Amino acid sequence: MHIAEGFLPPAHAIAWGVASAPFVVHGVRSLTREVKEHPESTLLLGASGAFTFVLSALKIPSVTGSCSHPTGTGLGAILFRPPIMTVLGTITLLFQALLLAHGGLTTLGANVFSMAIVGPWAGYAVYRLLKRFDAPLMVAVFFGAFVADLSTYCVTSVQLALAFPDPSSGFVGALGKFGGIFAVTQIPLAVSEGLLTVLVMRLLVQSSKGELTRLGVLLQGKKTDTKTESGASA
Amino acid sequence: MSRNAKINTLLLVIVAALAVLPLALGLGDDKKEPFTGSDSQAETAITENKPDYEPWFSPLYEPPSGEIESALFALQAALGAGVLAYYFGLRRGRRQGAEIASAKEAPAKRTAEGTAEGTAERTADVDSTRTTTEQV
Repeated sequence: MHIAEGFLPPAHAIAWGVASAPFVVHGVRSLTREVKEHPESTLLLGASGAFTFVLSALKIPSVTGSCSHPTGTGLGAILFRPPIMTVLGTITLLFQALLLAHGGLTTLGANVFSMAIVGPWAGYAVYRLLKRFDAPLMVAVFFGAFVADLSTYCVTSVQLALAFPDPSSGFVGALGKFGGIFAVTQIPLAVSEGLLTVLVMRLLVQSSKGELTRLGVLLQGKKTDTKTESGASA
Repeated sequence: MSRNAKINTLLLVIVAALAVLPLALGLGDDKKEPFTGSDSQAETAITENKPDYEPWFSPLYEPPSGEIESALFALQAALGAGVLAYYFGLRRGRRQGAEIASAKEAPAKRTAEGTAEGTAERTADVDSTRTTTEQV
């Protein structure tokens, strides 16, 4: 979903940068507070960032005959809330912009907005909503990660359609075109990301119950077995 | 294989199938260049919508070849996978260490208190037995 370096007109690049900046600043504050108050969570923070690193490096073939990659932002958003994921996502995007020439510095604001802000917030919102309706934890995790992934690519399509409307059909036509390239390609990948996030969450439930309870993913005093979680996650 | 391990393996198999099926079914066969990146397809689409658009900034550093680029992508994935593996390895080690410790303390506890039930009671017991073993 990277918008390549220089591929957004300056006005758009600046506007997305300005829109993203407060989220990143707020995220950095949340992250430093979390590390200061709970130094023991540093390790899990690193693991969440690492998950994004792995997933956004995996280029996977899709039904449209092209390749794309997951984002890995759903997990961190569910564990640590979206502001902290914004920082982890921005670090990943910076790494790719500086070393891989994927994405770019001028388009960083736009890419941060789609992958590190909208994705985590949308995924987190869906996760919380499903939990509110007593969905099993792993179902909520799956759809949270699925939506975090897919919404990122939808936002990228909107960003490009705004900057490059179709000469005849305008914004809507361009949205269809970019949506066809990004969003449709992304559907099976978003499913894959959902399943991988469930896998990691299952491993975390097995290995890090205390940490998950402190973060509010698991409820205190309830049975944390994945099978009985459905009844426990009120 | 435990039930947990079976479910985890199944999840990985489905992910692998989702990735391999488009290739196996030849879904990119109608394209001139099958399975290119969607990022570069978007660049093509941009130049279709606005043929006179020129990127006004270029990357500060660009990998000199496709090989170097894939090496750097592999590095990114390896870094991430390494940290994840470290995390889960550390957790597993700590858990096993705790299990061994509690298994060692179990006989002492039985003689002292009889059979303990309930996790809260048990952790309290572990603490008390730890102090007694330390005294010894």
